[in-house]
Amino acid sequence: MPWGEFKDTAAERRLFQRRALVMLLLVATLLGMLVARMYQLQVVEHDIYTTLSDKNRVQVQSVAPPRGLIYDRNDVLLAENRPVFSVTLVPERVGNIEQTLAKLQGMLSISDEDMERFERRLMEPRRPFQELPLRYDLDEQEIARLAVHRHELPGVEVSAELVRYYPHSELTAHALGYVGRINRQELQRIDPINYAGTNYIGKSGVERFYEKLLHGRVGYQHVETNARGRTLRVLERQNPVPGEDIGLHMDLRLQRLAHELLDGRRGAIVAVEPSTGGLLALASVPGFDANKFVTGIGSDEYRELSTSIDMPLFNRALRGQYPPGSTIKPMMAVAGLDSGVTTREKEIWDPGYFQLREGGRRFRNWKRTGHGWVNLMDSVAQSTDTYFYQMGVEMGVDKMHHYLSAFGFGEDATLDVAGALSGLLPSRDWKRAVHNESWYPGDSVNMSIGQGYMLATPLQLATATSVIANRGNWAEPRLLRDIKGDRSIDNVLPTGDHQSIELKNPGDWEFAVDTMVEVMHGSKGTARGAARGAPYRMAGKTGTAQVFSLAEDEEYDEEEIRERLRDHALFVGFAPVDDPKIAVAVIVENGGSGSGTAAPVARALFDAWLLGFPKEGEALVVGASEGDAN
Amino acid sequence: MAAGDMFTGSARNSLSGPRGLWSVLHIDPILMFLLLTLIGGGLVVLYSGADQNMAVVKAQSIRMGVALVVMLVFAQLDPSVFRRWAPWLFALGLAGLAAVLLVGVGAKGAQRWLAIPGLPRFQPSELMKLVVPMMAAWYLSRHYLPPRIRHVAVAILIALVPMALIILQPDLGTSLLVGTAGIFVVFFAGISWRLIGAFFAMVSVAAPLMWFFVMREYQKQRVLTLLDPQSDPLGAGWNIIQSKTAIGSGGVDGKGWLQGTQSHLEFLPESHTDFIVAVLAEEFGFIGMLVLLVLYLLIILRCLYIAAIAQDSFSRLLAGALTMTFFIYIFVNVGMVSGLLPVVGIPLPLVSYGGTSSVTLMAAFGVLMSIQTHRRMISA
Repeated sequence: MPWGEFKDTAAERRLFQRRALVMLLLVATLLGMLVARMYQLQVVEHDIYTTLSDKNRVQVQSVAPPRGLIYDRNDVLLAENRPVFSVTLVPERVGNIEQTLAKLQGMLSISDEDMERFERRLMEPRRPFQELPLRYDLDEQEIARLAVHRHELPGVEVSAELVRYYPHSELTAHALGYVGRINRQELQRIDPINYAGTNYIGKSGVERFYEKLLHGRVGYQHVETNARGRTLRVLERQNPVPGEDIGLHMDLRLQRLAHELLDGRRGAIVAVEPSTGGLLALASVPGFDANKFVTGIGSDEYRELSTSIDMPLFNRALRGQYPPGSTIKPMMAVAGLDSGVTTREKEIWDPGYFQLREGGRRFRNWKRTGHGWVNLMDSVAQSTDTYFYQMGVEMGVDKMHHYLSAFGFGEDATLDVAGALSGLLPSRDWKRAVHNESWYPGDSVNMSIGQGYMLATPLQLATATSVIANRGNWAEPRLLRDIKGDRSIDNVLPTGDHQSIELKNPGDWEFAVDTMVEVMHGSKGTARGAARGAPYRMAGKTGTAQVFSLAEDEEYDEEEIRERLRDHALFVGFAPVDDPKIAVAVIVENGGSGSGTAAPVARALFDAWLLGFPKEGEALVVGASEGDAN
Repeated sequence: MAAGDMFTGSARNSLSGPRGLWSVLHIDPILMFLLLTLIGGGLVVLYSGADQNMAVVKAQSIRMGVALVVMLVFAQLDPSVFRRWAPWLFALGLAGLAAVLLVGVGAKGAQRWLAIPGLPRFQPSELMKLVVPMMAAWYLSRHYLPPRIRHVAVAILIALVPMALIILQPDLGTSLLVGTAGIFVVFFAGISWRLIGAFFAMVSVAAPLMWFFVMREYQKQRVLTLLDPQSDPLGAGWNIIQSKTAIGSGGVDGKGWLQGTQSHLEFLPESHTDFIVAVLAEEFGFIGMLVLLVLYLLIILRCLYIAAIAQDSFSRLLAGALTMTFFIYIFVNVGMVSGLLPVVGIPLPLVSYGGTSSVTLMAAFGVLMSIQTHRRMISA
């Protein structure tokens, strides 16, 4: 059909125009629908979407409070907080974890251990959108490299957090304890709100005991984040309440001295201020660097520490349970007098041994030839075992238990020392329960000189000594001295409930002290060498604890075995005698004799505390051994 | 022919004035003004939607410049050129679509591009947005109008064949636009209302069949997500939830230019391409949306007017269909972003970032200007 020839063009146009009008109506209707939709969303439901939009962009983040600082009694900082940069991942926001980890490995040095720990944490239950740390302590170059590649790594953040740092860690690790990452068990017992921003918790020592005080109160901030979770700005902030700064009774100088005195050996020193019970030094040697535990120690390094024959992780001061040996003789003297079993004047003949009955087993005095006629004073001063053997048998286990309990043996008498053990103070019931045997007189013989079943920690020995120094008054051992900012410690430090020991004849206290003075200053005192030339009077008692067994291990050479089979050297004492400022317990493992090894250590501590600390670089003069008493 | 005379006269009268220049350049000044307003405003919104990335705005400006040139070129051609070329272009387009299916390149599981060595990559499906209405108009205008049923059938086939080929790529959005362009020609040609009723009856039967046999899994997912976006708030529902949140939080007067938190904090996906209207709604509010929709309405009014006064059936049908295609862009895009329609990859015309569809759209406006400015001075 030729173009347009027979067509009614006017009719076609009218037809089209009618259709166009219909289309116009359709367009108007549909556009009207869109307008109505917009009205619905933007006017009617505006509030709903505003809320949604704010919820999108505004997130509430918790702000961890800075942990309280720990000072010694001279306000020397023992535990502080230091910013550490770490790289963290939010798994919910990381698209492909494998890929992202591979990329990060190209940029940072990530050890297998970091990786292992990260993967372990990835599997553990956790809060959604929680940042999982991958590597701590980034250096500046690594931070810069991450910043450059930031856009390729959604969900990867470099975060700065304040991490605990112990500037004198080797010295204080055992006393302060340390903080570490919150683990699963801890997660269940902490307040999830208050710990929302916190990654660390006190694991041991002061850090653990005063966790609540040191932690503080969590803060919040409302931050604007984008869809990938990056924080763009802070809209509103409620600051956290920092943890309380606390001061300890500890004197870092004394603590350092204690470590120096035990340097190269294994042992523990506990120094107490008798009037307050404040722990001036709490040393366990060898120590370790607690800083390594804060961000998580590598398993190799941990294995090395935990399997070392020197047991650096073992807190000997609180948890080392040794036979107290002759160091309990002053307490036994008090018991003997008060119970009436003996008198100050009573003398016995020491042939060098003691027999329960004629021809029976001989319990030997340390001096085989015997001390001859000795009274109680002589027996403490020369440490005559025979005297105490006889007294112990006559006193019996029940009375011994009663009196020794009063000095804090067999219990943890501390107020705020986390992890302190209670040693072992045997009794009739105990033996029946544990060994299913009755108590034999021979057991009493052993117990009377702190051998046999009895075990005590250095801290317990120092405590008992301090009770004698106080002439029977109790001041439970404690670490916390004050809270900075004038807050009272009354509601924080537990109160002790130990009764002062009342003797029938209170003068017996002075006598007991005198026996200890005789040990130091008497012409036959076992530790007279250690007291020589002192411008003040001191009291003390030496002791020896036998090492009964050591696992045969081919790894150690013979000399080492011999060294480790030597007796532990013990010493307890206080000074000055009339106004005791310091009471100590010293144990040097395999140190040989208490008088030769442990007593000079105590003397050095007394000197430092009473006469002033040696200047730096000044050689420590630890008295040479004199007299080979136990 | 009274109406035609009137408009012809007005065109002739203007030859001596400033409009004479427009006639020489074959530009319709009203449409030109509206388009430039839209494009200019679009660039302002794009600057915000692209997170103040000037490079994106620059690239878009260059594309829009190219598109304007293409429009001017089309405007210079006489409508009879389109009519004569329509069958050949249609054949070429079909060949191109077939080639895309065989050797095409693309991404995300769809083949849309044809890369012929020596030529720039192009999408035959884009060409079909113009050619299908041309072909249908060419075919129907050769016969008496209103068309007979067999002519309608052929015309619908002209629309359905390329539509089917495009669905196979698969490209639901473009096939929708191509198909409706052909259907609109048929409607404008004067197909009887009874047939229209029959058509809708057919669609309602075909829809379930499409669901089960034609639609891809991701397309079905989009429909399901539309019905209940919360069912998958982090997956497919995310886009709709976030765009509705953007729009709704804009309120009456918006958060202000560059102040949209949804888009700038990257919650809103595709904020400078398909979802750009959400940026506008968030930052300029209900008022901004009214301005945009009124601007679109004015463009459509002007184009329908141009169609209504066109001198021959081919021009009328083509102009009408192209206008309605433009409207479909708007309705589907805004409907999708506001959660009325399923997510279909159709950009907001002349605002969304992207070159190909802008060039095609401006070419269509070139055709409309050609129809308006190549009116023969026939006297009564």
